[in-house]
Amino acid sequence: MSEFWTDFLIVIARCVFSVAFVMNIVPLLIWGERKGAAYIQDRPGPNRAPIDLPNPLDVPRLLGAVMAGQPLVYKPIVSLRAAGLIHTLTDVVKLAFKEDVTPDHVEKFYWFIAPVIAMTISLCTFAVVPFGDQLLGVHLQVSDLDGGLLFVLALTSLGVYGIMLAGWSSNNKFSLLGGLRSSAQMVSYELSMGLAAVVVFLMAGSVSLSKIVEMQQQPLDLGFIAIPAMNWTALSPFGFLAFLLFWVSAFAETNRTPFDLPEGEAELVGGYHTEYSSFRFALFFMAEYANMIVASAVTATLFFGGYAVPFLDGATIRANADVILAVLGFGAVPAFTTFAVIAFKRQTRPFYQVLAAEDPRRNEPKFWTGLWLGAAAAHGGLGVLGLMGGLAALSTWASLPELGGDLVAAVLHVSSLGAKVLIGCWIMIWVRWTVPRMRYDQLMNLGWKYMLPVALVNVFLAAGWIILRHELFA
Amino acid sequence: MALPKPNKTLTLTESSYIVEVLKGMALTMSHVIKNLLNQDFRTIEYPDVRKPMTARYRGAHRLLLRPDGGIKCVACMCCPTVCPANCITIVAGENPDDPAEKFPVSFDIDMLRCIYCGFCVEACPKDAIRMDTKIYEINAYNRQDMVHSKAYMVNLMDGLKPEAGTAYHVDKTLAPAGYTAEAPVRP
Ligand code: SF4
Ligand code: SF4
Repeated sequence: MSEFWTDFLIVIARCVFSVAFVMNIVPLLIWGERKGAAYIQDRPGPNRAPIDLPNPLDVPRLLGAVMAGQPLVYKPIVSLRAAGLIHTLTDVVKLAFKEDVTPDHVEKFYWFIAPVIAMTISLCTFAVVPFGDQLLGVHLQVSDLDGGLLFVLALTSLGVYGIMLAGWSSNNKFSLLGGLRSSAQMVSYELSMGLAAVVVFLMAGSVSLSKIVEMQQQPLDLGFIAIPAMNWTALSPFGFLAFLLFWVSAFAETNRTPFDLPEGEAELVGGYHTEYSSFRFALFFMAEYANMIVASAVTATLFFGGYAVPFLDGATIRANADVILAVLGFGAVPAFTTFAVIAFKRQTRPFYQVLAAEDPRRNEPKFWTGLWLGAAAAHGGLGVLGLMGGLAALSTWASLPELGGDLVAAVLHVSSLGAKVLIGCWIMIWVRWTVPRMRYDQLMNLGWKYMLPVALVNVFLAAGWIILRHELFA
Repeated sequence: MALPKPNKTLTLTESSYIVEVLKGMALTMSHVIKNLLNQDFRTIEYPDVRKPMTARYRGAHRLLLRPDGGIKCVACMCCPTVCPANCITIVAGENPDDPAEKFPVSFDIDMLRCIYCGFCVEACPKDAIRMDTKIYEINAYNRQDMVHSKAYMVNLMDGLKPEAGTAYHVDKTLAPAGYTAEAPVRP
């Protein structure tokens, strides 16, 4: 393969990975939102939609029936509800197959492109977020722009166009008001967001996100002790204040409660997406969640070390790949799976006592236990040692000695970013179901009268501190 | 219009939002953890679990029979007169068994219009109509089927086994005999 095609494939792979990263977390978040809301409000939440599995002995007959074009009728042996995760699948099917209504009174062209803009912008923003340092010399980032942070700020301001166009082209009072509110709100909070980010690039000396993460992978020097790979921006006083300001502005930018006035259903029906249905609505819906993911990813990158694994920098991971694999394989992963199985089994409880003995839903806990036992057996038989041997063999075969270490590092880095993103998104969901929506004047007051001055003062203090430290200690 | 003054001036921590928001978040998180561990909800898992209805619950109407099997209603027209929703349609006729008596040749209640006020039950001089079935799943695929006929209302309780304290479960596929037939019941 020529140089060009290798590069081309690498670019494609990076793009696909970053889009897949965001789009795969979206359904998980929708589930998390519904389940989290339910648990906060003392409800069981989604737990009905099942996948009915036939008896394995019955499969040949069913295959025959499918071949012969007969209807697929079987008595399920186990009915999996997976704590409501199946609802997300049914939601997608529902949204994709619903009637797509285009009202007569809309401004067609802008109305059609508005949801596309909203979705595209939120996916594009992820392009500058690094999800790992390097794999065999390939940067794990779609594009390592020198002005990475500026790109993020620019795209978030573009994001308002999706909502504004939707609100205006819907030719409807409620939508227009929603669009207006959204643009006013985004313009106001962009200022404190940008000023909060200024603190980060004062500290890192660069606006490139990969440089910012590298800075945070340095050891945190406390004077008497240096903690490795924990030089997180949020652990310094000015950085922490900047993080708070950035995070609150991120809520406003993603239109999440307590700042979700653009869609305030109590007064605006549905706000800017009132007129949308079917998949166009789904695009707005997914864009909201994609925005949450991107906002969490950017916050994690700026303030919490991005892809950096706490206490382990890239070189340490590569040097101790075997130990880390063993710890993960025999400690962390089994512990997590066991926890998940227990949670999934508990989730079936509220129903249990009322179901008839032959009800397939009764078998769900047994299924999870069986799956867990099977996984444990496979782990004991082949498991981590096999994986490590395989990795070593692969490295020798491809004569790339650093392949094993790089792969482990890449997996750890991506999971670390993923974990930080999920924590961020959970905090957004958690706040949404805790804090009531603000009134419009309160929102503007908070943005202009409190956050903007605090952010400004913070920038000056941080700059002063950095210069002072430079003068004193360097 | 001036906004009403709050009774209490906010302290510094209260007016800075952050502490109060964190308190609120601690409260909601305690609920999440409690529910995650206990899975103990008040929610009634509806088709599998049914809420016990009180004795006074007004469900779907039924028509009662005399001990000899004839229908109690004498087509006195009290209930259509009192019905505020105007949804009862009775066609009166002569009772073939006892020509001195009137009886309803047809007795239809349009359940789409009924407001479940129970006036028909109160008005009836013969205790011929009651709403004590506790049936609340009154539904159909078309408007015609939402008009309950005499045959349906007479047979409504047949084959339904009320479990102690629970509401009846109407499964339309197991509808009482004569649900669709015109007048299979002896008048
Ligand atoms: S319950 Fe009220 S509305 Fe319904 S049929 Fe009886 S009188 Fe009419
Ligand atoms: S149900 Fe009662 S009130 Fe109605 S017509 Fe018959 S006897 Fe009269």
